[in-house]
Amino acid sequence: MDREEMMELIGIEFEEDLFKDVPAEVRCHLPLPPGMSERGTIAAVERILERNRHMGEEPSFLGAGCYDHYVPAAVDHIVSRSEFYTSYTPYQPEISQGMLQALFEYQSHICELTAMDAANCSLYDGATALGEAARMCARLNDGGVFLAPRAMSREKLSVLRNYLIGSGVDIGLYGWDEDGGLDIDDLGPRLREGLCGVYAEFPNMFGVIDARADLLRPLTDAPLVLGVNPLSLALCKPPGEMGADIVVGDGQCLGAHPNFGGPGLGIFACRQEHVRKMPGRVIGLTEDSRGQQAFCMTMQTREQHIRRGRATSNICTNVALLAVGAAVHMSLLGRDGLVSLARENAERARRLMDLLSELDNVVSPFFDNHHFNEFLAEMPVRPEKLNRVLAKRGFQGGLPMGPHVPELGDCMLLTSTEMHDDAAQDAFVEALREVL
Amino acid sequence: MVRRLIMDREQEGGHPDVGGLVPPGMERRSLHMPAVAEPELLRHYIALSQANFGTDSGPYPLGSCTMKHNPKYADRLAASPKVTRMHPYMEDARTQGCLELMSRMEASLCSISGMDAVSLHPAAGAHGEYASMLMVRAYHRSRNEERDEVIVPDSAHGTNPASARMAGFKLVEIPSGDDGRVDIGALESALSERSAAFMLTNPNTLGLFEKDVRELASMVHDRGALLYYDGANLNAVMGRTSPGAMGFDIVHFNLHKTFATPHGGGGPGSGPVGVRSFLEPFLPVPRVVEEDGWRTLDWSRPQSIGKVGSALGNFAVVLRAYAYILRQGGDGLKDASARAVLNANYLKRRIEDHYEVPFSDPRKHEFVASALALKKEKGVRALDVAKRMIDHGVHPPTIYFPSLVEEALMIEPTEDETKESLDRVADVMSAIAEEDPETVKAAPLEGAVGRVDESKAAKEAVLSFRRLRALRDV
Ligand SMILES: Cc1ncc(COP(=O)(O)O)c(C=O)c1O
Repeated sequence: MDREEMMELIGIEFEEDLFKDVPAEVRCHLPLPPGMSERGTIAAVERILERNRHMGEEPSFLGAGCYDHYVPAAVDHIVSRSEFYTSYTPYQPEISQGMLQALFEYQSHICELTAMDAANCSLYDGATALGEAARMCARLNDGGVFLAPRAMSREKLSVLRNYLIGSGVDIGLYGWDEDGGLDIDDLGPRLREGLCGVYAEFPNMFGVIDARADLLRPLTDAPLVLGVNPLSLALCKPPGEMGADIVVGDGQCLGAHPNFGGPGLGIFACRQEHVRKMPGRVIGLTEDSRGQQAFCMTMQTREQHIRRGRATSNICTNVALLAVGAAVHMSLLGRDGLVSLARENAERARRLMDLLSELDNVVSPFFDNHHFNEFLAEMPVRPEKLNRVLAKRGFQGGLPMGPHVPELGDCMLLTSTEMHDDAAQDAFVEALREVL
Repeated sequence: MVRRLIMDREQEGGHPDVGGLVPPGMERRSLHMPAVAEPELLRHYIALSQANFGTDSGPYPLGSCTMKHNPKYADRLAASPKVTRMHPYMEDARTQGCLELMSRMEASLCSISGMDAVSLHPAAGAHGEYASMLMVRAYHRSRNEERDEVIVPDSAHGTNPASARMAGFKLVEIPSGDDGRVDIGALESALSERSAAFMLTNPNTLGLFEKDVRELASMVHDRGALLYYDGANLNAVMGRTSPGAMGFDIVHFNLHKTFATPHGGGGPGSGPVGVRSFLEPFLPVPRVVEEDGWRTLDWSRPQSIGKVGSALGNFAVVLRAYAYILRQGGDGLKDASARAVLNANYLKRRIEDHYEVPFSDPRKHEFVASALALKKEKGVRALDVAKRMIDHGVHPPTIYFPSLVEEALMIEPTEDETKESLDRVADVMSAIAEEDPETVKAAPLEGAVGRVDESKAAKEAVLSFRRLRALRDV
């Protein structure tokens, strides 16, 4: 027996001898049941999952940062290659060129979409990417206030607060205008002094493609952070052309499944002049000893494994595999594919809002503006209650705004993607007509 | 072999008309993306995958990373639409499966760690550390205590000091003692009424068990500070001891280490945190709560630190880890730890004739060898040894960490390597030590890629094709 031979070589008689340095006072047992067969394990977990009702079983109109898109089979296939998914952070570039090149391609595609010079190869999700961006602003600039929209999900706002806790920077919130875009009268005067950074979303939490985000650059010297839905950028002016210093967002919509919200894909891009202040792993182009093109992780002196307490971020494990998936997704769709997918998502939202506007007691869209993927509709009953009624008819309604933006508590954020055909939208509107 | 960048197959022609869908003046005018059909795309990315090395390719003894085998049943479960097509904002009536799985997982992690409550929200180990430091801060504030220092040993992983600093704490780093363990005297003098927490991993990053952990715990507690367990090294001790039994107050787990979920080329991982009951009110919201088998999400936790990430954690990773725990069971986990420790001690013994391994026996799941003698005798550094291992189809160990061992080679074979495979790793490392130094210093020599010039990459900072194109155009 191998085990016995091995114990003999290291000079022990019993397995317990391996743990002779673990004192009796800390010993304990592991109160878990015995193991199961593989088949039994699958059955046991499936039995639990059976209680879920997923978006393919009943249509859902949820989004708000996590979207039900079609994931091409080729994307799933590539991220299932075990040379990729059973590897780890490419510390040794000579044995990891495949991962490194795929991540460089991801960074390149993100830079194209956003019109920025540099991107890292992922952060945990869109919310932590925003948190890291705010912290980076504090490194770039002395100001004491980071301005952000009040129209944000409670999750994102809480993450932002938590990421700024140790930096001494306060968060200032600004409002929205009657068209759902940012309130420039509220924001404008506050842009002049003492700012650590300014954050705006494009599209914003209401799904509004907010043209006013393009007005900010000339109004402030503070670092400008733009939050995007990367898919919408196939249609829209990229943040790099709007003067952004940092671009963040969640890339789950680029080839990753919703997965109950996690993992997400934190996108982070910036201008070349700021690259040495960035958080996270970045892949750079270089050469090997034979003069061939090669890639490696670079500017590691910013990172925790070298810089420890003075690192730009604590992040170590990221979501590289989702970045690979996003690279494959964008490469597969190409320009025309991305544009037509984005177009379809804008059109889906538009069709749904138009249908809803025909219902007497629904205000749809609540904000008269251009939308991407989603929009607010004001309902004659509380959205929380409406969702319970819709559930009985086999629909998962939209996101009630109350917990996020209390004064819009009568509004529901309704999301539609290419996963809804006309029939699914029509049936949903019909159900609403009947219950309202 | 150089593989063309996919961007080199860019599509020509003007941008499609996007008018009407976006506000006037906000239209996109151009977008550079590749134009490849699926067959060509597949060949490109399959070729890239073949230029990569995972645990399914060969031995991967990367210290501190626990590169276990990733069981395939877990991936099959994760591919179900009952997982992939679940949305975090769904009504509870639709998500009972997710919520049940989460609370079962929380309970399993409580059993394994000896903690009273667990949150699955953090997305990785460092994220768990950060959530924990926020809880440490909130806890002391709730008691109106101003404690602004966090103590870490010099052997701690870089994320520990980085997380503490991000949460606004000052760092107090203490040197290790001569035996590679916490120097009790140094800890004593570091502790004060300003101490908020002491962060420790046990076994430590040298693979040594901190035998005096109970004494350390009482010292920390006596001064009113909290004891934090970096769970990256939990794979060494399951079923023998637990953070709870050792006296820790907070722990993070790395599900992508101890619980066999894939590392994904860098992630996603999952970094749940466990706490003793007095810290439960501070855990992130929402909490999964149960009444008569029906589960809901509870947001009304006034003392909670709030959120650390968008959603409820990396559910797709949590699910895989839960399946692994079920499959292994208590005995299987205990046996996994025993085999991981046996493998590490065996491999250590097998290479000791060629590499010094400072500090005494036994090790737990990993050990740190030194290439210092090789460097002095022949000018061969840990880096060179690592690069030469690549020529033999073995993934190199972690190098130059922890810093208290010079020319460190940090080796963690995990329980999944067979004796045959360990013998191969040992033979490779021994042969390298005897080899012509010029060969080793020039490695890798056998594969498609020569040694990569990392300083050129750092100097030029070309991080995207866009940048490359701009430079080419100049
Ligand atoms: C000892 C130790 N602590 C913490 C971490 C951080 O974990 P993660 O990479 O999941 O953020 C690691 C990861 O390598 C580690 O080895």
